[in-house]
Amino acid sequence: MKHLLSTGSLSHADAVRILDTAGQMAATQAREIKKLPTLRGRTVVNLFFEDSTRTRISFETAAKRLSADVINFSAKGSSVSKGESLKDTALTLQAMGADAVVIRHHASGAPHTLAHSGWTNGAVINAGDGTHQHPTQALLDAYTLRRHLTGPGDPSGRDLAGLRVAIVGDVLHSRVARSNVQLLHTLGAEVTLVAPPTLLPVGVESWPAEVSYHLDEVVDTKPDAIMMLRVQRERMSSAGGGFFPSPLEYTRGYGLDARRLAAMPDHAIVLHPGPMNRGLEISADAADSPRAVIVEQVANGVAVRMAVLYLLLAGNETTTNETKVDA
Amino acid sequence: MSTGRKYLLRNVAPYGGDRTTVLLADGVIAAIGTDVTDDDATVVDGSGLVLLPGLVDLHTHLREPGREDAETIRTGTRAAAMGGFTAVHAMANTTPTQDTAGVVEQVWRLGREAGWVDVHPIGAVTVGLEGERLAELGAMAESKAQVRVFSDDGKCVHDPVLMRRALEYVKAFDGVVAQHAQEPRLTENAQMHEGVVSAELGLAGWPAVAEEAIIARDVLLAEHVGSRLHVCHLSTAGSVEIIRWAKSRGIDVTAEVTPHHLILTDELARGYDPTFKVNPPLRTQRDVEAVRAGLADGTIDIVATDHAPHTREDKDCEWAAAAFGMTGLETALSVVQETMVDTGRLTWADVARVLSETPARIGRVADHGRPIAVGEPANLVLVDPAVRRVVNPEEQATKSGNSPFRGRELSGCVIATFLRGRATVLDGASCDEDVVRA
Repeated sequence: MKHLLSTGSLSHADAVRILDTAGQMAATQAREIKKLPTLRGRTVVNLFFEDSTRTRISFETAAKRLSADVINFSAKGSSVSKGESLKDTALTLQAMGADAVVIRHHASGAPHTLAHSGWTNGAVINAGDGTHQHPTQALLDAYTLRRHLTGPGDPSGRDLAGLRVAIVGDVLHSRVARSNVQLLHTLGAEVTLVAPPTLLPVGVESWPAEVSYHLDEVVDTKPDAIMMLRVQRERMSSAGGGFFPSPLEYTRGYGLDARRLAAMPDHAIVLHPGPMNRGLEISADAADSPRAVIVEQVANGVAVRMAVLYLLLAGNETTTNETKVDA
Repeated sequence: MSTGRKYLLRNVAPYGGDRTTVLLADGVIAAIGTDVTDDDATVVDGSGLVLLPGLVDLHTHLREPGREDAETIRTGTRAAAMGGFTAVHAMANTTPTQDTAGVVEQVWRLGREAGWVDVHPIGAVTVGLEGERLAELGAMAESKAQVRVFSDDGKCVHDPVLMRRALEYVKAFDGVVAQHAQEPRLTENAQMHEGVVSAELGLAGWPAVAEEAIIARDVLLAEHVGSRLHVCHLSTAGSVEIIRWAKSRGIDVTAEVTPHHLILTDELARGYDPTFKVNPPLRTQRDVEAVRAGLADGTIDIVATDHAPHTREDKDCEWAAAAFGMTGLETALSVVQETMVDTGRLTWADVARVLSETPARIGRVADHGRPIAVGEPANLVLVDPAVRRVVNPEEQATKSGNSPFRGRELSGCVIATFLRGRATVLDGASCDEDVVRA
């Protein structure tokens, strides 16, 4: 694994290894001294072309807990125009010796382009690209699901076989949904996408997931977990007058409220990638219920990102050395 | 205009048929026959070569005036000659737009001065391609450039009333409106074909219906007002069906397909390489098969390149930021051979029809796309269909490197091109520019 661009390219073994490593990282975070020396002297660049305080802070925390030097580069709002910004910025970072580039970009595929362009030698970690992928979000979701739903004891080595997960909301524009569908499928979970037809992409029928237009019917099937996607309010004012008639109608059809939460099985958990629109896709009752693991997701995000940085930067060295020994 | 030089094309196969010898003198085909000979003529050994009328492209972006960093009329027309063309139609989306007699005459004159091929400027349908009011179509038609093809290519004439007016107006001078069929509201921010691949890649979709809806509307408009219509770069299976239906009703419509839509699919977007970003987008394998079938059965009339050169900075970036378009003049004939001739779906005579005779007729270009017969203008191309060659954009004559066939092996190679009896390409290499311009 040289880069982390998409969950689609993760094998079952890769995915489980990342989750297991995240578990080890999380264990270190319970200690009084949280900082590990693992990536001392390595440089991680957070290259954010799009605002995302949460994700940036999560990656920054992860890198710092591993003793890496962190450079935050926010290109948002600068004067650079279209492609030049990505290429020239990448060349600049390469010249400065970045070992890993964590990139958030509004254009789908920008991390892929960065990784395959020859503009940088560093590992590229996709922190969200357009409406394409957000692999560390899916990994932290899988980590959270595994912790809660795969039985007692240390979950190391387990996958998500047999778990039933509903992903609800704006699938069309969601990189979180795309990443989760692929990763959860790889890990053996059964995914059902729930959305109004306008918020599902043409071509969704080729995805390894069931599709439903009716949240109540899906809740009645007693899923083990329900993942609510953020519905951006600007979707109301886009082409064709919006993707749904009104926020109220959306909430009635697809919002997670106390009634729907009560209909879920007792063990079921509620996830949300944040930031939440309380009152739109999720009610305060649901968001603040003990079954919501939304705050825990944030904490798990740090552990998962530590694991990814470790495996890409330190793990690769080990692999290379082992390969050499074997040869 | 006559040239002192004569060429004896020995043992060539006109339209891939029986071998004979063809003498070019004084700008025309002077003699044809196995026993033709001329001691003063330069002999070209045509053994194994196919002789076709010089190719005519109805859809070329030469970028001049305005984007001379991507292509100039000189570099683009030299690329055309290398591809076997003797005439090209230069699209109107230049800067300034080719929407006045002055600009189209400038393009026409620069084409003449370059001398590689005959340049026929296309006039914009609307002022500045803005889709709001008709450009001075009559003035362009009456200019020295004698514009007959009008197009807002790159943009769709989407206002149905304006499209109706344009279709009617050009009847006065036997013009044709060449429509870039793209419903703009259905394709806002569209990046690639909408389907399985776009869903996975998270790139905004360009649905087939956005093309088909406009074509359906336009053929009905053309029927209603009794005008002829040309459909640019048709790309979907549904569009082929609509054209087939329209022709069965007797509607005066012609349609073109590009070489890239005959061979490439949306799967190529998976690497996010903007070389494969084009408008209309690469479609699915099913669409590729449908346009091949449409070309084979005559539903699609012609192949046109939509040669769209772009600078490196417009392609060396993330997909969404990149420009739409790919070059095509120097690979078009090879792609047609590979997809249609080598597969037995078209004969070389059919190739002459779809790449020369019919485009010349649609564009009302009198002296191109003519039969290979004594007394006809010596606009000809000699092709070696046996050669396999690897495409290297850096070796092409076009100024831009955005060929989707980089590194790919293609069938066939242009050996020689003649414009009114003068060689523009010989032995697979372009002739000396001063000789061509003389």
